[in-house]
Amino acid sequence: MTARNRELFALVPVALLLTAGFAAVFAQESAQLGNLSLIYGAYFLAICLATHIFLRVRLPNADPYLFPLMATLTAFGLVMIYRIDETLARDQANWFVLGLVLFAVTIYFLRDYEVLERYRYTIAVVGLLVLLAPRVPGIGQQVNGAYLGVKIGPLAFQPAEFTKLAIVVFLASYLREHREVLIVGARRVLGVTLPPLKHFGPMLVVWGASMFMLVFIRDLGSSLMFFAAFLALLYVATGRFSFVVIGMAMFLVGAWFFASTVPHVHDRVEIWLHPYNSPEETGYQILQSIFAQADGGLFGKGFGQALITIPGTHPPARLLPAAETDTIYALIVNEVGLFGACGVILVYLLATARGFKIALLASDGFSKLLATGLTAVFAIQAFVIIGGVTRVIPLTGVTLPFISYGGSSIVANFVLLALLLLVSDRARREAAEPAGRPGTLGMVP
Amino acid sequence: MNRQIVKLFAFIVVLFGVLVGFTSYWSVFDAEALKEKNANKRPLLEQQQIPRGRILAADGTVIAKSVPKGKGAEKRYVRRYPEGALFGHPIGYSFVQFGDSEFEQFHNEELVGEESEFGSILDELTGGTQEGNDIVTNIDAEAQRVALADLEASGFGAVVAIVPQTGEVKVMASNAPYNPNRVPYKFSKLSTNDIERPLYDRATQGQYPPGSTFKVVTAAAGLESGTITPETTINAPGTLEVEGTPLQNDFNEDFGPIALDTALTNSVNTWFGQLAQQVGEDELFETMEKFGFNATPGIDLPSDQVETSGVFGEQGELLHRNDPVDLARLGIGQERLLATPLQIAEVAAAIANGGKLMKPQIWKRVIDPDGRVVDRLDPSVYSEPVSAETAEQLTTAMEGVVSEGTGTNAAISGIAVAGKTGTAETPGNKACGGGVDENQAWFMGFAPADDPQIAIAASVECTEQFGNDVAAPIFRDVAETILNGE
Repeated sequence: MTARNRELFALVPVALLLTAGFAAVFAQESAQLGNLSLIYGAYFLAICLATHIFLRVRLPNADPYLFPLMATLTAFGLVMIYRIDETLARDQANWFVLGLVLFAVTIYFLRDYEVLERYRYTIAVVGLLVLLAPRVPGIGQQVNGAYLGVKIGPLAFQPAEFTKLAIVVFLASYLREHREVLIVGARRVLGVTLPPLKHFGPMLVVWGASMFMLVFIRDLGSSLMFFAAFLALLYVATGRFSFVVIGMAMFLVGAWFFASTVPHVHDRVEIWLHPYNSPEETGYQILQSIFAQADGGLFGKGFGQALITIPGTHPPARLLPAAETDTIYALIVNEVGLFGACGVILVYLLATARGFKIALLASDGFSKLLATGLTAVFAIQAFVIIGGVTRVIPLTGVTLPFISYGGSSIVANFVLLALLLLVSDRARREAAEPAGRPGTLGMVP
Repeated sequence: MNRQIVKLFAFIVVLFGVLVGFTSYWSVFDAEALKEKNANKRPLLEQQQIPRGRILAADGTVIAKSVPKGKGAEKRYVRRYPEGALFGHPIGYSFVQFGDSEFEQFHNEELVGEESEFGSILDELTGGTQEGNDIVTNIDAEAQRVALADLEASGFGAVVAIVPQTGEVKVMASNAPYNPNRVPYKFSKLSTNDIERPLYDRATQGQYPPGSTFKVVTAAAGLESGTITPETTINAPGTLEVEGTPLQNDFNEDFGPIALDTALTNSVNTWFGQLAQQVGEDELFETMEKFGFNATPGIDLPSDQVETSGVFGEQGELLHRNDPVDLARLGIGQERLLATPLQIAEVAAAIANGGKLMKPQIWKRVIDPDGRVVDRLDPSVYSEPVSAETAEQLTTAMEGVVSEGTGTNAAISGIAVAGKTGTAETPGNKACGGGVDENQAWFMGFAPADDPQIAIAASVECTEQFGNDVAAPIFRDVAETILNGE
């Protein structure tokens, strides 16, 4: 079966999942089943099919499983968000469509994605500049003490979601060019392999940027995510584990320093370590998140059956704060239980595996590093927010990719997917060619 | 670079494994502990969505029920107590914001219909929703009404009535009462009222000096240990010098050598003081403990809401048989001896039941939403403080108290009553406002004496009257109501 046919078949269960999910929520809400869930399922399938046909034409060799996997997450997210608030789900569906449009635009215009390498500094600078926008008076927005959002007129977005793409592109390109020197120029000092200082300058800039984000944007989650992606790429590019250790030490020292000097960062860590100190105020979100999970048990309460507001309060008071964004994973555990949550984690793991598969197949350094970086940042983002909600690490305001409510998140992640598929299409085409299937060589223009 | 990519993937697999581990911990392994946390309002909120079972009196009177409010996801159930203050004690209340108390708290699991994880999955598959079980209590609504009305006319206090052969609690009334329906609106007022203390169940939490009612326990220890027989006489002078302080009879009356019947009928202090000294601390404490003293009562109420009866030291600590006590004063119910009305009712019930003390229980049947009886009270013996013979001898003596002694106001026409009065002087009692003439008035007993149907203790605090004046009439009214209702 060809790659695209496999993709087509994989999309059918996704649409069925969405239909079944909506049916379950409707059944819970009105105790009667209309055909609305079928209509939603059909819409979703139609949109996915259109995307699939576009991929058939533009990237026939691209990985067949990534798009259905991401569509699974989106479908799951749509059901969960619908169950919280209908209007939010409608927004999310619109952003899903917008995300797919940008996905198509990316694939259409970036067929030769090496062009990104040429503009790597521009991309990096623009990426970092938009990150600062939330601090610009008038357009910046503060949420829970962190400066995460920008609002210009009716248009609101979270720059960190886009900056992560810019940073990965920059790092992939920079490391492709300098990896040799970083390896060869490394010196052993006191038994520790140190990278050459000259070429390491820009790397220090990344560290500085992460620390800057921590202090200035106060975004612990994005800071962690960026820096972890950077270390992952550095490791893959150089093969020096010592660099990762040094980097990690630098981050921890910096984070520790700022945790003891910047109140916001300090608070986040304090809440993480001692949530029961103020269960009704600062500790409320993480505690309610954990209580929601305890309520789920092995199999969960079922779609639409978990408590997210306190009954009898007007306007409804949230029992689980930020259920549609930060703590959506807790709601998932609550409604579909440990088994359902493991399913979701498994989907993230499968998508990550496919992403790294692309990196393995890619033949040139930039493609390899780009695919690695995009996959790593995707996986780490999922880890940072799920880890935050389950108290593995401090809880921060990062979205759960493809599932959390949020336009910037959906759109940026579909662009991420587009870039991965672009790399994949070329890698798989090149991998197939030398095999010399009769006739294929002649068909390549 | 491929080797590193594979290693990176392996690392991410580990990270995701950690996520699965933590999720398992919160959702399964630590889930029960998390549900117990004070900050976790979910169990209460979820219980609010379950129609909690009703609580019924023995005759079917609805004591507590749940009424729905709101619709759809907003739907929740709120507790209503149709009889208001009548059953505030011992039933208690159950509200999300204010928690629960007494019977509602003790029987919470049955009332919400707690099920296994498997049961709730079945429910989910079949579309069923959790529903609570009804509980039928032993409470006699009419007798409870009489007891509370009498108490309200007499003063703060409590009445407990127990079926001697089964331990079924027919009446448990406490004055001042409170209306559980008002708990959500008046909680702080109800819980901070230091004088009336309406949320405090005097029947199980009121620790009072039992006065002369305790002489029955002393007599039981004397007979049971073989120290005396009903014929043994002890010389009872008007005053007895004990540990440097005179122990006196009422009006300093000198009775001369008398036996148990005369001593109990006239509640002779010097007689029982000497008996206690002859019995000795070990035997007296052993009998007390068999009657239920020095232990948390085994009634179906939360253990933090029932007080232990016994001898208490200066610091309020419970004394045991090796601690130094003034035996003569203990024998007549003094010497920092404190007992709850429930405890004194248990003493009466044990004697009425031929010496066997049954575990007192308020509940009788649990009925599931389909009307099936899923559980039924199986009466169990708590202890056997005295032999049947001793019980009979004590009964005879206690009959004398009512027929010709200090407790004549407990008499019921045509029925033999056995009982004992008690009047403990409590001058300077802070709960009474510190008056000098305040008494703790008691009556405990059972009827009919030859075929006991009900054992009752009535206690009134802060009264200037005696047990026979204020507590015995309450006993009579409640006993009559129960016996007429049979």
